[in-house]
Amino acid sequence: MEHVALIANVQQFTVLAIGLMIGLAGVGAAIGVALVGAKFLEGAARQPESAAALQPKLFVIAGLVDAIFIITVAVALMFAFGNPLLGMVK
Amino acid sequence: MSAEQHAPSATEYIQHHLINLSSPQTTGGAYNFWTFHLDTFWVALILGFVFVALFGLVARRVSVDKPTKFQLFIELIVELVDNHVKEIFHGKSKLIAPLALTVFVWIVLMNAMDFLPVDLLPLLGQKVGLHYLRVVPTADINQGLAMSLSVIILSILLGIQAKGAGGFIKEFFTAPFHAEGMGMKIVLMPVNAAMQCIEYGSRGLSLALRLVGNMFAGELVFMLIALLPWWGQLIPGSAWAIFHILIVVLQAYIFMMLTIVYCSLAVEEH
Repeated sequence: MEHVALIANVQQFTVLAIGLMIGLAGVGAAIGVALVGAKFLEGAARQPESAAALQPKLFVIAGLVDAIFIITVAVALMFAFGNPLLGMVK
Repeated sequence: MSAEQHAPSATEYIQHHLINLSSPQTTGGAYNFWTFHLDTFWVALILGFVFVALFGLVARRVSVDKPTKFQLFIELIVELVDNHVKEIFHGKSKLIAPLALTVFVWIVLMNAMDFLPVDLLPLLGQKVGLHYLRVVPTADINQGLAMSLSVIILSILLGIQAKGAGGFIKEFFTAPFHAEGMGMKIVLMPVNAAMQCIEYGSRGLSLALRLVGNMFAGELVFMLIALLPWWGQLIPGSAWAIFHILIVVLQAYIFMMLTIVYCSLAVEEH
């Protein structure tokens, strides 16, 4: 009985951790991508001729920023479907 | 997973799909150092040959007067990569452009395995007796780390080639922090060496994790969509697939760009 309670405890905290991970990473990535996009639009409005040169760089940086969020989601989903911490309870 | 067994629960379904066909076969959890992922290896190898065959065929039948549409497409990719290499890489090396092209096309092909229906190849594999199969090689951390390690080692070798072994070792102990006096130089030596090790390590790790994380998450979302009832799969499935086309090409592009950047950083003088 105590064992079941222990597992439930681990799962409970894991769920909270998953929510925090995805939420915080999402906030960060959203702010980051928004800043990149805002600066790109600003630059393109000031110098329309440089917009074509800036666009691939925009995508690269957006991809770099987004990657951290995606990595977090992948780790969170790993915790959701194959929780390694549960193995320690047994 | 076969029909005569009980229908798997959602968690069982996903856990089953996250197990590589490996030698010796493990069922998740207990890995040892010599576990070899057969599916990652063979899919990556076959796709590598697909890349070489496609580009080789076009190069052999190249025609100036009447280029086929496919030839123009291949030329477009080659020129794209070539322009980036010219822009970023200023050293003298005939290796970088072919390397960047290979990295780009190979990773696009490997990532594009995500677009096959998630259950198609595993079901076919089941028919011939392969009980586990993961078809996206880049969703396996081993593949990502293998590629990023190769890039890092190559960049170190390029640095040695450009500056000589002495110059490389000197830079290893005197950059990023420079000092004037002899005493300060000796004090800063271990700090610089540690910083360089951290730099190379974090480069390799982030290069691999970025690609693998994206592909792993993409694969998992496709699996989650596959768990929906059949009438609910079409709209989220196609929406995610369209978004994923962007990610697939973008991640391969980023990997290629960073490969060129790391190699050019290695050959530049400080």
